[in-house]
Amino acid sequence: MAETIPAGSTTDGVIQVGQPTDARVSAPASYDVADFPVPHGREEDWRFTPLERLRGLHDGTAVADGGVRVEVTAPAGVTVETVGRDDARLGKAGKPVDRVAAQAYSSFEKASVVSVPKETVLTEPVRIAVHGEGGTAFGHQVIAVGAFAEAVVVIDHTGDATVAANVEYLIGDGAKLTVVSVQDWDDTAVHVGQHTALVGRDATFKSVVVTFGGDLVRLHPRVVYGAPGGEAELYGLYFTDNGQHQEHRLFIDHDTPHCRSNVAYKGALQGAEAHAVWIGDVLIRAAAEGTDTYELNRNLVLTDGARVDSVPNLEIETGEIVGAGHASATGRFEDEQLFYLMARGIPADEARRLVVRGFFAELVQQIGIPELEERLIDKIEAELEASVG
Amino acid sequence: MATLEIHDLHVSVDAEGGPREILRGVDLTVKQGETHAIMGPNGSGKSTLAYSLAGHPKYTVTGGTVTLDGEDVLAMSVDERARAGVFLAMQYPVEVPGVSVSNFLRTSATAIRGEAPKLRTWVKEVKEAMERLSIDPSFAERNVNEGFSGGEKKRHEILQLELLKPAIAILDETDSGLDVDALRVVSEGVNRVRESGQVGTLLITHYTRILRYIKPDHVHVFAAGRIAESGGPELADKLEEEGYEEYVKGGASE
Ligand SMILES: Nc1ncnc2c1ncn2[C@@H]1O[C@H](COP(=O)(O)OP(=O)(O)OP(=O)(O)O)[C@@H](O)[C@H]1O
Ligand SMILES: [Mg+2]
Repeated sequence: MAETIPAGSTTDGVIQVGQPTDARVSAPASYDVADFPVPHGREEDWRFTPLERLRGLHDGTAVADGGVRVEVTAPAGVTVETVGRDDARLGKAGKPVDRVAAQAYSSFEKASVVSVPKETVLTEPVRIAVHGEGGTAFGHQVIAVGAFAEAVVVIDHTGDATVAANVEYLIGDGAKLTVVSVQDWDDTAVHVGQHTALVGRDATFKSVVVTFGGDLVRLHPRVVYGAPGGEAELYGLYFTDNGQHQEHRLFIDHDTPHCRSNVAYKGALQGAEAHAVWIGDVLIRAAAEGTDTYELNRNLVLTDGARVDSVPNLEIETGEIVGAGHASATGRFEDEQLFYLMARGIPADEARRLVVRGFFAELVQQIGIPELEERLIDKIEAELEASVG
Repeated sequence: MATLEIHDLHVSVDAEGGPREILRGVDLTVKQGETHAIMGPNGSGKSTLAYSLAGHPKYTVTGGTVTLDGEDVLAMSVDERARAGVFLAMQYPVEVPGVSVSNFLRTSATAIRGEAPKLRTWVKEVKEAMERLSIDPSFAERNVNEGFSGGEKKRHEILQLELLKPAIAILDETDSGLDVDALRVVSEGVNRVRESGQVGTLLITHYTRILRYIKPDHVHVFAAGRIAESGGPELADKLEEEGYEEYVKGGASE
């Protein structure tokens, strides 16, 4: 018996009733793009996305022409390979769940595999710089961390491109992987991808997704557990400006006993045509006794007209769990708040920055990686300088 | 010496069916060192006067002038007015999620003083001011007004008054919602600022209760959007006994 706990909110005050996770996908997961019908926009998993801005990634008309430069900088001990489609390490974390992810999987020519050998503890991060040069590209990236290894990977997306690319994280038993994916694209870029983590026994996966740029960004961070004892922490931060569509669709599949997950995504929006979508699906299957999960999404709307669709959905098929909870809230930066701060001498743009900075600072502290904190705060400051005031 | 001069001030709000005039010709002069009590029944326009002086966008000035030492206050933005020395302690202080009290106070003091206060003396200054107002130190890390009780919000307003040391302090019903102990603590805070002799105070209240703690030099009865009568402290005693009935009957003109 599945028990569905629905909740959700949009700034329009509409409550989105959650539904069983299977109902959210319009076709079963598959590696083959032909298994997915071309979406029309009415499907549950496409209804928030402006298809006309996908530049053909969803209907087979997008043609790869290169135009994306990928540079991997890795400390000693790490193996970086470019492999063909038939490499056995590809596709192990899970199948693509929508047509664009399957298109990427069906279309990439070479994949990149970054491997951290077992028991290797990196003292420096692996850096992957993805720079768009105006073209269309399909990509595939695997990051494999061996048993008891520890690594931090930072992926930076910059420039302009139309990209459909998937990333797989294979986290060995007892390993610790932290990934920071920064979408700092030009405001013309389109980026769609599925990031799937397969978390090993007693392994820890920490993901920080930071989306500032792009015309349209639609990411699927997904977590599956290969064995008991796994832990996943998923943090996200987005700043959606006028004209941008930024969509994060999370899925955590608790199919294994005694695993934990914690999700916290926060977004700020400004401008009439800013649209942020956050979907948080957590499924606790019957076998997943001892699961402990919590997910949170908060949005701060700075100006009128910006739109947020926030849909957390927790589905529980067993009562034998440690804890399960979720929260979603969208607040507005009200004229009254602005007046209050200004009445204390603070200029309007500084007042807005003060509020946004405070809003994100809580999350940045929660992430708990000191060397990252500074970088994130700098990024937020830069974004605020550029867009607020 | 700072002087706030309000001359024939008319203010409207947007209401259903068009603008509605709330203030109908207010004349008032407040000098540094003076305390003026403005007393009036509910809905007479007291808060409208307070917000209009602070520059709240909801209120449209349709006539009259407001100057601070000859400078045109009405031409200033909200933050400029605050930096010029106008402080409004609000009847309903606003919650600002995500911004801690300590960060807020420091940002505000920096804006008002024109430079960031030296960190060491600042921390001490805030700590002592909070102690005097019986505000628990933990409030420094809480978000501005978020989850504060009515009384805590009012104390937080007076904390800002003490730290920002304005030329003109407008206190809109600072006494409402306070129990006797809190009223005493808050009044002592206001009196400390008054004793400096550097502030002109506009004390807006519905009840005479707070005037037992804060002695006004002048008392004005506010009714139907203007000052109906002015006098010394004895006028407050009269209001205490007779209420506002006389003014409401004579003054209400729709
Ligand atoms: N948007 C609006 N539309 C119509 N009337 C308004 C609007 N805003 C304020 N008013 C009216 O203006 C009048 C004055 O309000 P104000 O808040 O200034 O009174 P007050 O003297 O401060 O009252 P109180 O003692 O209750 O605080 C009231 O009658 C109020 O209903
Ligand atoms: Mg009032």
